[in-house]
Amino acid sequence: MTAPDSTTTIDLVARFPDFVTADARPGFSGFIVKKENLVEVATTLRDEFGFDLLSNVTGVDYLADNKMEVVYHLHRTTGGPGLVIKVQVERVDPVEVPSLIDVWAGADFQEREAWDLMGIKFIGHPDLRRILMWEGFEGHPLRKDYKEAFFEEEVKPFKSRWPDGKHTYAEFKNPFRDNLKFPEGFDPDKYAPQSEDDLYFSLERSSMKKEEGDLNTDHIVVNMGPHHPSTHGVLRVAVELDGETITSLKPVMGYLHRNHDKIGERNTYLQIIPYTDRLDYFNSMANNFGYVTTVEKLMNIPVAERAEYIRVIMAELSRVQNHLIFIGMLINDLGSMYTPSLYAFEERELILDIFEAVSGARMMCNYFRFGGVVRDIPEDAMQKIKDLVFDRLQAKTDEMERFLNENEVLVARLQGVHVLNAEEAIHHSVTGPVLRAAGVPYDLRRADPYSVYDRFDFDVAVRYNGDMYDNYLIRFDEIRQSLRILEQALKQIPEGPINSQKPQYQVRVPAGEAYGRIESPKGELGFYVVSNGKPNPYRYHVRAPSFVNLTAVETMCKGVKIADFVALLAMLDIVMGEVDR
Amino acid sequence: MYGKGILKGLGVTLKRFIDTYLDDISWWMQGKKRYYTTEGVAHRSSKNTRGIFTVQYPEEQLIQPEEFRYIPFLIHDGDDKKDIRCTSCGICAKVCPPQCIWIVRTNDPQTGKPVPQPAEFYIDMDICMNCGFCAEYCPFDAIKMDHDFAIASYERNVYNLEKLLKPASYYAEIRPLNYNKEEEARKAKEAAKAAKASAAATATPAA
Repeated sequence: MTAPDSTTTIDLVARFPDFVTADARPGFSGFIVKKENLVEVATTLRDEFGFDLLSNVTGVDYLADNKMEVVYHLHRTTGGPGLVIKVQVERVDPVEVPSLIDVWAGADFQEREAWDLMGIKFIGHPDLRRILMWEGFEGHPLRKDYKEAFFEEEVKPFKSRWPDGKHTYAEFKNPFRDNLKFPEGFDPDKYAPQSEDDLYFSLERSSMKKEEGDLNTDHIVVNMGPHHPSTHGVLRVAVELDGETITSLKPVMGYLHRNHDKIGERNTYLQIIPYTDRLDYFNSMANNFGYVTTVEKLMNIPVAERAEYIRVIMAELSRVQNHLIFIGMLINDLGSMYTPSLYAFEERELILDIFEAVSGARMMCNYFRFGGVVRDIPEDAMQKIKDLVFDRLQAKTDEMERFLNENEVLVARLQGVHVLNAEEAIHHSVTGPVLRAAGVPYDLRRADPYSVYDRFDFDVAVRYNGDMYDNYLIRFDEIRQSLRILEQALKQIPEGPINSQKPQYQVRVPAGEAYGRIESPKGELGFYVVSNGKPNPYRYHVRAPSFVNLTAVETMCKGVKIADFVALLAMLDIVMGEVDR
Repeated sequence: MYGKGILKGLGVTLKRFIDTYLDDISWWMQGKKRYYTTEGVAHRSSKNTRGIFTVQYPEEQLIQPEEFRYIPFLIHDGDDKKDIRCTSCGICAKVCPPQCIWIVRTNDPQTGKPVPQPAEFYIDMDICMNCGFCAEYCPFDAIKMDHDFAIASYERNVYNLEKLLKPASYYAEIRPLNYNKEEEARKAKEAAKAAKASAAATATPAA
């Protein structure tokens, strides 16, 4: 609710009267651009209006209107409200829209995702392959007429559960009957899985040229993962190597894909909250925060004062433990197994104890509700938060710094290894600590304040070299700033109710759209929700920071040694629960 | 001097190593047991813990906070499993995100009208995601989240009414604060109802 109507500042219609119209649907905002002029408008917005950061690209399938809409959320890295542009096209198969990859490279994976899940073909995209589903998958699951296997009903709650709910196992209802779709002419006997040539051919081969006098060597393609200890889960990376140097690489993901968006569209608004826990499972509090903020925006309800503070406390505690784990895991990836990461896990353990006492679960907290939180912080848990924040975490952060920061081996490994510079980072839509370590002081808690962050005195951590060492140090800076926020929040927290609404299991959400974003420990966590007034969201999309940050991994890693790749990947701090969704 | 940073770091590890045993020794000098006692575990998960603070599961366990939640159970008052609080209103089944609750409502055999009692009640614990919505939104305090997390078995875990029912005294034991709060609220409600009824009874003859 802190963000005013995002489009009032700019009159795009006056600038482009011929092919831009304002989105006049009630509850909607932004501008509708003709698809022929999309690239022109986007370039103007970037160069003249300063919208240098493409936050979010997604599609909405308006089946009833026979329309497909592509939505772009643009922001300025200098802060302030964003701008929404939309392209509407007739719903044919496949839908064709020009690609914006030349304007913002950050569109790369997001356009591939929209192609994969919605069947929107981005003309001009150099590598438009499926990204989350596998090659050879039939159909586009986020289209409204797509039905998944074990499909039961359009929306929850299912009628078979009550009042006559005899338990049955889903798989006993023959799954091969009518909820399975085959491509035309499909013969299971002749089926052979599609080869992965597309992936390997997408690796750049241009650098194969040899200078005269060089040894006659060949490049080699190596698959790292999906089962690799240093890819943070089931990420697979196809790497092309010249000796030990990376010449080209492509991340392959989707091994943990469960189509979070589709699950969300089947759920009621409330039922989505526990599912958001499972996105970035290190920071379920932050995920809850982002989602409820978005829906509250849509519902236009206030949040109880005390709950705002509780939310901030939880989100910042979550950030502290996330960054500690980041440091531990980074050292792990550098080859120093266990000791530093277990030191980090100790503090995380104490923070998770708090989460457990407050919400009932250590990781899958499910603690936030529309208008507030589930329950007040119990007294003993409050005491423990104070103990940790005022007496322990500061000293432990110092200890961690003493332990590692001056270690010659670590410094030699990290210092001077380039991650990203500011232009590259912004161009690739990278957000979070990686962007700030490249010298861009872009932190949503300051740039576009939400909740009560505008009441706290803290600095945006920023470092300027953009190398690995800065990326590592900025995490310590952020922990310190989080502790500053926590100290203030614990002193200022008022008494009072913890929810502005009556507890209700089905909330009324008026028709409209909202894009809410928060600064999660990994970057900009955005939720795009479209409501049509029914108990279930019409469209629910997660802009996951890990996923979008991965767009830059190729730029980051070209020309570095394969051993550094592992560390560079650790710098992005990805979590596969969020990347694959 | 090259290597100073490494030595500094090693100093931290050495301090950790010594710290781990300092508490052990001081507790031993005081004649207290630091391991396999609740007091010891509580100290090891407090802000004052130093060095390694591993909890030796399963010989000792972390202290479960009251709000800890794992799989739901149904509450019955009294000793036999007849006085079930559940009225089979179906709110838990509707709010359940993974839709793992299945309820058959009882119908009166004579009139065919619904009776506030579940005929059958199933929760598929393999699907349950322990979110706690059912307990949170139950208007009758009939379904609550359990503390018992060791439910591994060789079979699939579809719990029926028989297996789901646990006495209210068990609930009072695992969640004393919540239980007392709910009991007070219920008593206040009943008192208000009684007062209203008696007020109505005294008001009628006067009119």
